[in-house]
Amino acid sequence: MARSKSTSGRSTESQVGLGPHAQREAKTPGFAGRASGATGSRSRLARVGAGGAAPWEPGRLNVRKAYKMYVGGAFVRSESGRYLQVAETMAPGENGTMENVPRGSRKDARDAVVAAHAALSGWSRRAANNRGQILYRLAEMLDARSEELERSLVRSGLSAADARAEVGASVDRTLSYAGWSDKYHSLFASLNPVAGPHFDFTIPEPVGLVVIAAPARPALLGLVGSILPVIVGGNVCIVVASEEDPRTAVTFAEALATSDLPGGVVNILTGHHKEILPPLAKHMDVQALDLHGTSGALLKELTDSAADSVKRVRSRDLKRDAWFDHEACTTPLWIERFVEMKTIWHPSGA
Amino acid sequence: MASKAPLETAPAAKRQRRTLTRPPRAAVQETAIVRVGDSGPQSAVQHTRASGARRGTEAALDFGAAWTYAPSPEATDHVRIEPRYELFIGGSWVKPLSGKYFDTTSPSTEQKLAEIAEADERDVDRAVQAARHAYEKYWSKMRPIDRGKYIYRIARALQEKAREFAIVESMDGGKPIKESRDVDVPLAANHFFYYAGWADKLRYAFPGANARPLGVAGQVIPWNFPLLMAAWKLAPALACGNTCVLKPAETTPLTALLLAKIIEEADLPPGVVNIVTGAGKTGSAIVSHPDVDKVAFTGSTLVGKRIQKALAGTKKKLTLELGGKAANIVFDDAPLDQAVEGIVGGIYFNQGHVCCAGSRLLVQEGVAETVIRKLRDRMMSLRVGDPLDKNTDVGAINSKMQLDKIRELVESGEREGAERFSTPCELPKRGYWFAPTFFTHVSQSHRIAREEIFGPVLSVLTFRTPDEAIEKANNTMYGLSAGVWTDKGAKIFDVAQKLRAGVVWANTYNKFDPSSPFGGYKESGFGREGGRQGLLAYLEVE
Repeated sequence: MARSKSTSGRSTESQVGLGPHAQREAKTPGFAGRASGATGSRSRLARVGAGGAAPWEPGRLNVRKAYKMYVGGAFVRSESGRYLQVAETMAPGENGTMENVPRGSRKDARDAVVAAHAALSGWSRRAANNRGQILYRLAEMLDARSEELERSLVRSGLSAADARAEVGASVDRTLSYAGWSDKYHSLFASLNPVAGPHFDFTIPEPVGLVVIAAPARPALLGLVGSILPVIVGGNVCIVVASEEDPRTAVTFAEALATSDLPGGVVNILTGHHKEILPPLAKHMDVQALDLHGTSGALLKELTDSAADSVKRVRSRDLKRDAWFDHEACTTPLWIERFVEMKTIWHPSGA
Repeated sequence: MASKAPLETAPAAKRQRRTLTRPPRAAVQETAIVRVGDSGPQSAVQHTRASGARRGTEAALDFGAAWTYAPSPEATDHVRIEPRYELFIGGSWVKPLSGKYFDTTSPSTEQKLAEIAEADERDVDRAVQAARHAYEKYWSKMRPIDRGKYIYRIARALQEKAREFAIVESMDGGKPIKESRDVDVPLAANHFFYYAGWADKLRYAFPGANARPLGVAGQVIPWNFPLLMAAWKLAPALACGNTCVLKPAETTPLTALLLAKIIEEADLPPGVVNIVTGAGKTGSAIVSHPDVDKVAFTGSTLVGKRIQKALAGTKKKLTLELGGKAANIVFDDAPLDQAVEGIVGGIYFNQGHVCCAGSRLLVQEGVAETVIRKLRDRMMSLRVGDPLDKNTDVGAINSKMQLDKIRELVESGEREGAERFSTPCELPKRGYWFAPTFFTHVSQSHRIAREEIFGPVLSVLTFRTPDEAIEKANNTMYGLSAGVWTDKGAKIFDVAQKLRAGVVWANTYNKFDPSSPFGGYKESGFGREGGRQGLLAYLEVE
C-alpha cells in the first residue's frame, strides 16, 4: 500500500482500480466505522475539514468534496480516470484521511491547451481596467474563502498561524496585481525619438499561453504569485499545481470560478509535474514556460523541448520566505517576463 | 424627499418641452448655410436632394412629430437627500462654527434641495488639524497596500451606489442623467479604482526617486463635474499617502457630501478625508492655511492666478487645472459625419461647462459650408430639457450667475458682428437654460473667440492650410486641449505635436480615462491629473 509517511501531506500514487483508501474502507465493517474513517485519532480540525470525516456520533455526517481539475471554466476529472491520493496531515509523523485528486494525463494537458487558447483573444482584448476589476473580484473571493483556504493548508501540514499568514499574503498579492493591470504599460512602453519624421512607440503585449509549474511550497501563495503576473498581462495559462498540496489548488480554483474570470484563462491541472509538463513543453500552441522549482533532468528536458518552437522559458526556485516578500514579488519585472514588445512606426508630417 | 416636487411637472408640459419646434422655413438655410462660404448654397441643395426629403428652401432635416419622445424620467424614489448637511471633519459630521448655512438648489427647477453648512476660517482650521492628525497618526504609517484597500472600498461603494450619485448629480448640477450616469460616476469610480492600485507601487512609478507624500492637501474643485473632480483630487492624494481637506463648489456640494458618507462607511481612519463646504471665502481659507502642504485647484484662470500669487513665498506645492479655449480642427479630408458628432460632443457635452470643451471650431474652407450645414442639422435633434429625462442631451445651465455670463458673451458676439445660430427649441419656463448655439463670421479678435464662455456656445472660424490652423489654434492664452479631424495619420501626428495643448484628441473628442494624464499648457494651468504622471502632484520626489 503506497501510503506516504510524509509529514507534509505529500500526495501518493496508487494503482488504478482498488486504491488503498477503498481497501481500508472495505476492511472496516459497519456504518460507524465508515464514518470514522481509517485513522483512529481525530482532531477537531479534521472534523471541520472539507474532506475529514466526523467520528460516529448522533449528529450530521459531513459530505465530502470530490477534488477536480479546473479546465476551461469547468471542474473535470482526468480523462485517464487515474487518481492520486493526498493524506491529511494531523501531526508530525501521523496522517489522517486519504483523499483522491485527479492524476492529470498528457491528453488532459492537450485539452487544457485548447481551452486556454479559446480564452486568449477575449482575455487579451479586454480593457486593462476590466481585467483589473476581475482580478480585484478574485481578491474579494479569496478573502471571503480565507477560512476554507486556511483549513486546506492546515490539512496539508501547516500550522494555523502559518496558514493564516499565507492566505493573507495571497489575498494581498492578488490585490496588488489587480492594480498592475492598467499601470505596467506606463512603465514598459516608450516613445522612441527616432531621427526623421516618424512617430515611433513601443508597447507591451501579451505573449500568449504560458504553462506554469507551480512551486511545491508555499502551495497557495506560490500558485497565486505565479499565476497573477502572467494573467494580468493579458496572457492565459495552464498551471500544474503543487504536488505536495494539490487540494489547496483546487479550492483556489473554486474561488477563480466565482470571480468573473472567463473560463479558460486559468486552467489548473493536478498530477505529476514530470508527467504533465513534457507534453506541454512540446506543444506548439504554448508560447512560454514559467517553471518554479523545476530542476535537474526535467528542467533540461523541458528547456530542450521548448526550443523546438522557441518558447520563452523562465525558471526560478524561490525559497519559501522569498514568496512572502511582497515588494520583491510584486515588481513589474514579474509581469515583464511575459510580455512581448511591439514597436510601431508612423509617419508624421503634413 | 426634499427633491420630489420638481419632478412632478405636468406630463403635458414636459412633452411640450421636449418637442423640437420646426424652424421657420427657409430661415435656417438663409441664415446658417448660405452665408458661410463664398460658393453659394449649391452643396446645400444637393444635400437636400440626396436626402430625398424636401426640395427648394425647406430645412434639410425635419422629423416633425416623429421626433417627439414621451417623457422618460429617471426614477428618484430611492434617493434620499437630507434636509441639511453638516461639515465632514475628523470622521464625523459637525455643525459649522460659523453657524451659517446656505441653500443648494436645482438649476433645472430653481427649487431648494438642501441646506449646506458654510465653513469659515475656524472650521477650515479644524479640518486642517484633523487632516494633520490623521496624516501623522494613521495614514502615513499604514502599510501602503492597506491604504490601497481603503481606496478600493471607496471605488466599490461608488459603483454600488452609482445610480443614486448620478441622480443627485443631475439634480444639483443640471447635467443630463445620461451623462452623469454614463460618464461622471463611472469615471469617478474608476479613478479611485485606478489610484488605489498605485498605493503599493509608488517606488516603481519614479524609479530611483525616493517618493514621499507631501502631508495635508487642500483641494478646491469646480461645479461642472462635482463628483468626478472630487475623485480626481482625492484618489491620487490618498494613494500617495496624503490626507485631504476638500471643498466642493457652492452650487454643487451634494455628491461630495454623499462621497463623504461613503468614506465614513468605508471606515477610513478619521480625518483622512475632510469635506468642508462654502463659497470662495472658504476656498481661500484652505489655500492660505499655514498648515496645508499642497494646494490643488480646478477652476477659472482668474482664480488660479490669485491662488498662485497667494502661495508665492510659501513652501506649498501647487497644481492648477484652469480654463481653456480649445481648437477643434477639421481638415477637408476628415470623415465629416464623424467630425460633426465630435464637434457636437466637444461643445454641447455638459452644456459646454467643460474646461476642455472644443469651443473654437477651426474648419478648412473647402468643407466649411458642408460641416456647418451638417452641424446645424445635427443640432436640430439635440433635446434640451429636464436633466433627469433619459433622452435629454443638453441639460440646465448650472447657475443664474453662469447663465448671465453666457448671455453677456453671446451678446458681445452679436455686437461685434458674428452671425449667431441657436436651435429653435422651446426652453422650460423655470430654471436656467441656454439653447445650443454657434457663431459664424467669427474673427480671432472677437471676445467669443478669445474668452472662455463655459456654455453651449461654439465659435466657428475657417483656415486654408495646416500651418494656418496650427497658428490659429495656438493663438490663445490657454492650452488645455485640442481636437484634430483628418483621415491622414501623418497629419494627425504632425499637427498634434505642433499644438500647444496638454491633451490632443484625434478623430475623437472629450475622452477621459484614469490612466490618461490630463492637464494644461500655458494659462490653462500646470500639473497633470490621471495616469502615472498624476502621482507627481502629490509626491515629493528627489
